[in-house]
Amino acid sequence: MPDGFILTLVKALVLANLVMGVFAFLTWLERRLLGRFQVRLGPNRVGPFGLLQPIADLVKLIRKESILPEGISPVLYIAAPAVSLFASLAVFAVIPFGEEATIPGTDWKIFLFISDPSVALLVVFALGSLSFYGFLVGGWSSSSKYSLYGSMRAVSQLISYEVSLALAVIGVVMMAQSLSLTGIAEAQSRDGLWYVLPQFLGFLVYVVASTAEVSRIPFDLPEAEGELVAGYHTEYGGMRFAMFQNAEYVALIAFSAVASILFFGGYEGPWLPGPVWMLIKMAFFILIAMWVRATLPRIRYDKLMSIGWKVLLPAATLNLLVTSAFVAWRA
Amino acid sequence: MAVVDSVKGFGVTFRHLFRKPVTQQYPEYKRPVYPRFRGRHRLHLHENGLEKCVGCSLCAAACPADCIRVVAEENTAENRVSPGERYARIYEINMSRCIFCGYCELACPFDAITLGNEYEIAEYSRDDLIYTKDMLLAEPIKKIPVADRELYDTPIPYYKDHS
Repeated sequence: MPDGFILTLVKALVLANLVMGVFAFLTWLERRLLGRFQVRLGPNRVGPFGLLQPIADLVKLIRKESILPEGISPVLYIAAPAVSLFASLAVFAVIPFGEEATIPGTDWKIFLFISDPSVALLVVFALGSLSFYGFLVGGWSSSSKYSLYGSMRAVSQLISYEVSLALAVIGVVMMAQSLSLTGIAEAQSRDGLWYVLPQFLGFLVYVVASTAEVSRIPFDLPEAEGELVAGYHTEYGGMRFAMFQNAEYVALIAFSAVASILFFGGYEGPWLPGPVWMLIKMAFFILIAMWVRATLPRIRYDKLMSIGWKVLLPAATLNLLVTSAFVAWRA
Repeated sequence: MAVVDSVKGFGVTFRHLFRKPVTQQYPEYKRPVYPRFRGRHRLHLHENGLEKCVGCSLCAAACPADCIRVVAEENTAENRVSPGERYARIYEINMSRCIFCGYCELACPFDAITLGNEYEIAEYSRDDLIYTKDMLLAEPIKKIPVADRELYDTPIPYYKDHS
């Protein structure tokens, strides 16, 4: 907390609300974009261009009855969405949006991150996995076979892809000689190139594995609506359902932010201020994720497993070997 | 190759992104109905103002959903409603039962009942869906656009040729 307790608290509040606002905007954007990808319009009724649609959805979800199904474990059932959302949101505590900056019009200096631990990347992955506890517990406690299947899939998918994800990231860590996200961003401007070029294989593995981590199409098997009704959140409704959706979108935003820091230099860039670069790069990754959703079908479960273990893991390992050889040669 | 095909798929979706959406925004834009569209019924009058319906109840007999109720009464010199012997004192169609099959139209010997163009006939109450004779005789309030008959009408159907 380089800024002191109060200021950090204020920054955390502002950032959490900003992320929520971006989440609301993304639900609208995704629906509009998917509509255009499918040659239709998407929601355009509420407000200009349908921009108030998320608010209408929110009002609808808040007013819904809070149902506790029979046979559930109430404490776990209620806690699960909150755990998921908290874990996804907490990732933003370590994501830097820039260096020290001066607030325009004043001479106040603040750091554009909440905290910058030296092991930020570990925190990101720890919290990313923690959000799967919400999916596991939520599916398990709702006393429904579909939920149980969904949560089992979520967890086995996480185990299969977390390994490749971590291995893909280690290449970047070795090149930057740092686990801190600001350190990695600075190392890229120091080296004069984005790590997407030397770590292209690692980048591909990261993109595929992080798509599985945030369980989006084509890896959205935990909530495959064609087979499992809605997967782990089958028995959830109203705001609890919304919190699960929220957690997924927030995780998408978080993983886009991490991807732009690891492979695209994060907030480092010419002409524009740091946060703007960061947002541009994040938007790029989020739009790619939406494009993927519009294009690819959900893959079969055994293929998911075989891609994870037989393609991504060897590729990530190869990338790691080559990178370590390169780093040893450079040193 | 699955990978190549996936990449091709991205090209397809990207191209579709720039196409004009095919969505028809319904309440503002009403697509013209086809000329032989079967909407809500209408009862017709002769040019001299008499009703075409003579209360024969053939429509009610033909109706598979049993939604037509006809109560006929004799025409008298003081009260001449239709050119025939009798007229329909009560003519009701229960729209909540009607399946819009058009058999009433086929059964009618005087073309007194036809199926019109309107399809926006939802109501909040079932009672409002029982159409009386006055409602069926009146000009429809909503004008529904009809597609060009030259372009869209099908050839004369068999039953009209051969009966």
